[in-house]
Amino acid sequence: MSCLSESSVWEALEDVKDPEIPVLSIVELGVVRTVSVNGDKALVEITPTFSACPAYQVMVLSVDAKLRELGARQVEVRTILSPPWTTDWLSDEAREKLRQFGLAVPARHGGKLDAAIDAGAAVCPYCGSSNTRQTNSFGCTACRSIAFCEDCRQPFEQLKPV
Amino acid sequence: MKTSLDNPVKAALAGRLLEMADDELILAHRDSEWTGHAPILEEDIAFANIAQDEMGHALIWYEIRRSLTGDDPDRLVFFREPSEFRNVQMVELPKGDWAFSMVRQWMFDTWEWLHLEALEKSRFTPIADAAKKIRKEETYHLRHTGAWIHRLGRGTDESNRRMQAALDQLWPYGGQITWPPADYQLLVDQSLMPGLSQLGARWKEKIQSDLVKANLQLPGSVPVSFSRDQHSQYLTALIEELQQVAQLEAEARW
Repeated sequence: MSCLSESSVWEALEDVKDPEIPVLSIVELGVVRTVSVNGDKALVEITPTFSACPAYQVMVLSVDAKLRELGARQVEVRTILSPPWTTDWLSDEAREKLRQFGLAVPARHGGKLDAAIDAGAAVCPYCGSSNTRQTNSFGCTACRSIAFCEDCRQPFEQLKPV
Repeated sequence: MKTSLDNPVKAALAGRLLEMADDELILAHRDSEWTGHAPILEEDIAFANIAQDEMGHALIWYEIRRSLTGDDPDRLVFFREPSEFRNVQMVELPKGDWAFSMVRQWMFDTWEWLHLEALEKSRFTPIADAAKKIRKEETYHLRHTGAWIHRLGRGTDESNRRMQAALDQLWPYGGQITWPPADYQLLVDQSLMPGLSQLGARWKEKIQSDLVKANLQLPGSVPVSFSRDQHSQYLTALIEELQQVAQLEAEARW
């Protein structure tokens, strides 16, 4: 007898991580948008952080495996692009986990992307200083950029505001 | 709106999506050739990222096309003849020097920005949704390449000379971007796609005003219009490289 329910699926997805940001689940990251369950069938709609995120296919496969483990007989993982993923969706708790991981998160911008980029680098995840500057708007993954803290003299990574 | 397209419209839309996807794919391939070779480390990272983004955007358009035709994007990319590709020649030209690749990327980013803005109004929801997603990412491209156009244009005599030479070489290819494919008017009439000539005029205007600020001149030559089934001699070798591994073992599962 399957114990599949929408709440059990949401709970199970808390175990699925973005392989490039292993401190957050894909639920905390805002990648999971909707879950629906019909008997032993589950449909999960997810959205990529960035279009070319190479971790995305891993997430799709991980969701599928996780829900089969939970007892789903049929799993559909559907990609949706609307509304597009935004760093604004990260909760305060998620932001704190990322900070401890060494990844700064830009302030919420409410859709004003250019203003957010013009505002420069985020607060340093190591020392908390705002005396930081953006050194490259591209980084080691599609979703990150590289910044530098003038106070603790550390380079750091931040999520690009989108 | 998803399913109410009649067959001629569907075919025209699939044709246009193939062009859009092929542009992104081939440009991504050329950009990726800088990985490990860019003049400075930061630019190596930036160009690799831009290449990756464009590849992601190609996949989005191929996937929307698949929803209309059923064609697998991997088959389209790895098992088509060069003559079947529908990218513009501008993106298939060899990467040249850094100025050439930068000017090309900036010209394309500027086009994409205006094109995506118009696509956001498409009555075909998957296209409008994709355009909104992609334009956010393109914000980073255009800011980056725009800054380099300015910096290199106003840099040294040598950097200015190289930028102007790249422009002079690339600009005549610009006309192909606005060449409408078969039955494109059907798509414009149904508000699925924007009119290309008007967009082309805005593109030129934007490029011109940015070039002035960068101490560069729009070449006097008029962009030549020709259809997208015409390719330069360079596409064949590019496609051969792109498909080489996949074609070694066509049925391999990755």
